[in-house]
Amino acid sequence: MLSATGIDMMDILSQIQEVCRYAFLQRAIIAGCFMALGCSFLGIFLVLRRFSLIGDGLAHVSFATVAIGLLLNTQPIVVSVPLVALASLAILSLSEKAGMYGDAAIGLVSSFGIALGVIIASTAGGFNVDLFSYLFGNILSVSSLEVWMTVGISLLVVLITMLFYHDLFAITFDEDYAHVSGIKVRMVNKILIILTALIVVLGIKIVGTMLVSSLIVLPAISALQVMRSFRGAIALAGIFAIASVIIGIFISYILNYPSGGTIVMVNFIFFFGSFFLGRLRS
Amino acid sequence: MSLNIIEVKDLSVRYGGVEALARISFGIESGDYIGIVGPNGSGKTTLVKAILGLVPSEGEILFRGKGLSEFTCNNHIGYLPQKMSFLDQRFPATAREIVVSGVYCCKKFPKRLAREDYKAAHQAMEILGVANLAGRPIGKLSGGQQQRILLARALVHHPGLLILDEPTVALDPQSRESFYSVVRGLNKEHGVTVLLISHDSGTIGKYASKLLYLDRRIIFYGDFEEFCKSPQMSDYFGEGQHVICHRH
Repeated sequence: MLSATGIDMMDILSQIQEVCRYAFLQRAIIAGCFMALGCSFLGIFLVLRRFSLIGDGLAHVSFATVAIGLLLNTQPIVVSVPLVALASLAILSLSEKAGMYGDAAIGLVSSFGIALGVIIASTAGGFNVDLFSYLFGNILSVSSLEVWMTVGISLLVVLITMLFYHDLFAITFDEDYAHVSGIKVRMVNKILIILTALIVVLGIKIVGTMLVSSLIVLPAISALQVMRSFRGAIALAGIFAIASVIIGIFISYILNYPSGGTIVMVNFIFFFGSFFLGRLRS
Repeated sequence: MSLNIIEVKDLSVRYGGVEALARISFGIESGDYIGIVGPNGSGKTTLVKAILGLVPSEGEILFRGKGLSEFTCNNHIGYLPQKMSFLDQRFPATAREIVVSGVYCCKKFPKRLAREDYKAAHQAMEILGVANLAGRPIGKLSGGQQQRILLARALVHHPGLLILDEPTVALDPQSRESFYSVVRGLNKEHGVTVLLISHDSGTIGKYASKLLYLDRRIIFYGDFEEFCKSPQMSDYFGEGQHVICHRH
C-alpha cells in the first residue's frame, strides 16, 4: 500500500513493529519517555522564572565532570551527579546572595565547566571512551541500569513537583509575595535546582550535553504558546516531550539519523505548530 | 486606645555603604489608613520591604507585639506590590489560580487546596467585583482588573494589615478612583489597617487618615489635621502641604 507521498505505509508499520521487538529500543523508549516527563515538569517552572539556560549551563558543567570521570577511570555519572548538583547550588548562590543576574551566573559557571572539560581532555591526551559521544548522546545505547536510574529520578522529579506544586506556582508567579506570605523560597529554589542538576546529568546519555537543555526548554515553550492554565501547561509540555521522544526514536531508527538530534527536531516541529496555533487563537 | 498592629523601633537599612533608612521608629494602630509620601529615593519602598522582611535591616519590627520570624506562617499581612514590575502578561494562570494562591501560606505540607479555599477566593473576588473574571487568563485582563485580582489575592486570607506599594501607578484615573474606593471600604467596613505608598499626595490626602512623610528619616508622622495646622510643615512643604490638605 503506497501513500500519496510514495511511502510504503505497510513497510513503516512493520518497521515500527520491529522497533518494538528489540530490547535496546525498548530501553531507549522507556528511558527517553521518563526523561522527557521529568524535564517537562521542571521546564515550565524554569522557563517562566527566566532560568531557561540553566539546563544548558549545567550541561556544560557536566562536560567537565564527564571528563573528570573518564580521567579517574570511573563511571562519569558517579562523578557528575554530586559535582553538577554543587554547580547548580553555586549558580543559585551567585544569583541570590552575590546579587549577580541569573543568566550571568549561569554563563560564569557554564564557561568554567567547558574550559575545565577541555583542559582535562587535552592534558589526559584523549580517552578510551569517545568524549564526543557525551556531547551528543546516544539513547540507543542506554543500559538497563541507566533506564532504572532515569525512571527513578524522573518519578522523583514528578513526585516532588506535585508535593511542592503550590509553593512552586506561587514563587514562579511572584517570588516576593511568596516570601512575604511565609513560603520557604530559598529551600524550594534549592530543591528545584538540584532536581534540574540530576535530570541534566541523566539526560547527557540520552541526548548529550549539547542538547539536554532542549528537552527542558522546548516542550515547556511549546506548551506555553497555547495553554492558559498552569497545570494544563505542565501536562501539555509532558505530552509534547514524550511524543517527541517516541517519534524521534522511530524516525532516527528508520532513517538512520542521530537519535538526540532527531528528538530535538521533532520538538521544534511541535514548537512551530504550537506557535502558529497560539497566534491564530490570539 | 487602639492596639498597635505594627511597632517599628530604630529601623535602619543600608544598601552597600548608603543609608536608605536611618533609625526610623513609629507605630501603626489597628484600623489606621496611613499614607506614606516622600520624594524619589526617600526610602518609602525600602521601609515597606523591611517591614515585609524582603530586605535585611537593623532594629526591631513587631507585629502585634511579636517579631515576624516568630510566626510560622504570615497570614496577617496582605501585600500588593507595584503591578507592572513583575506581572508577566503571558503567565499561564487564570485569575482564580492567582487569587487562591493567597491561601497557600498557612497550608501544612503537603499543601492541598480544599473547597473552602476556592470559596474564600470567590468571596474575595466578589468583594472586589471581579468574580466574573475567575476563569480568564491573568494576562488577558486590563490593568485595573489585574490590580483587583492581585488585591483579592492579598485579601483572601483575611489579613489585618494591607500594604499597598504604588498600587495604581499604571491605571487610568477612573480605575484608580474605583480601586481606592474599594480599599477605603475594606478599611471602614472590614477594619483592615492600610499602609499606602503613593507619589500622588492628592490621593493620600483624600483617603488616608494619617500621614507619614519620609526622607530617609521621618519628617512628619501624625494626623492630617495636625499636619495641616503645623506652620513648621508649611515651611517644609510649601505648596505641597496645601495640595495634601486641600484634598483631605
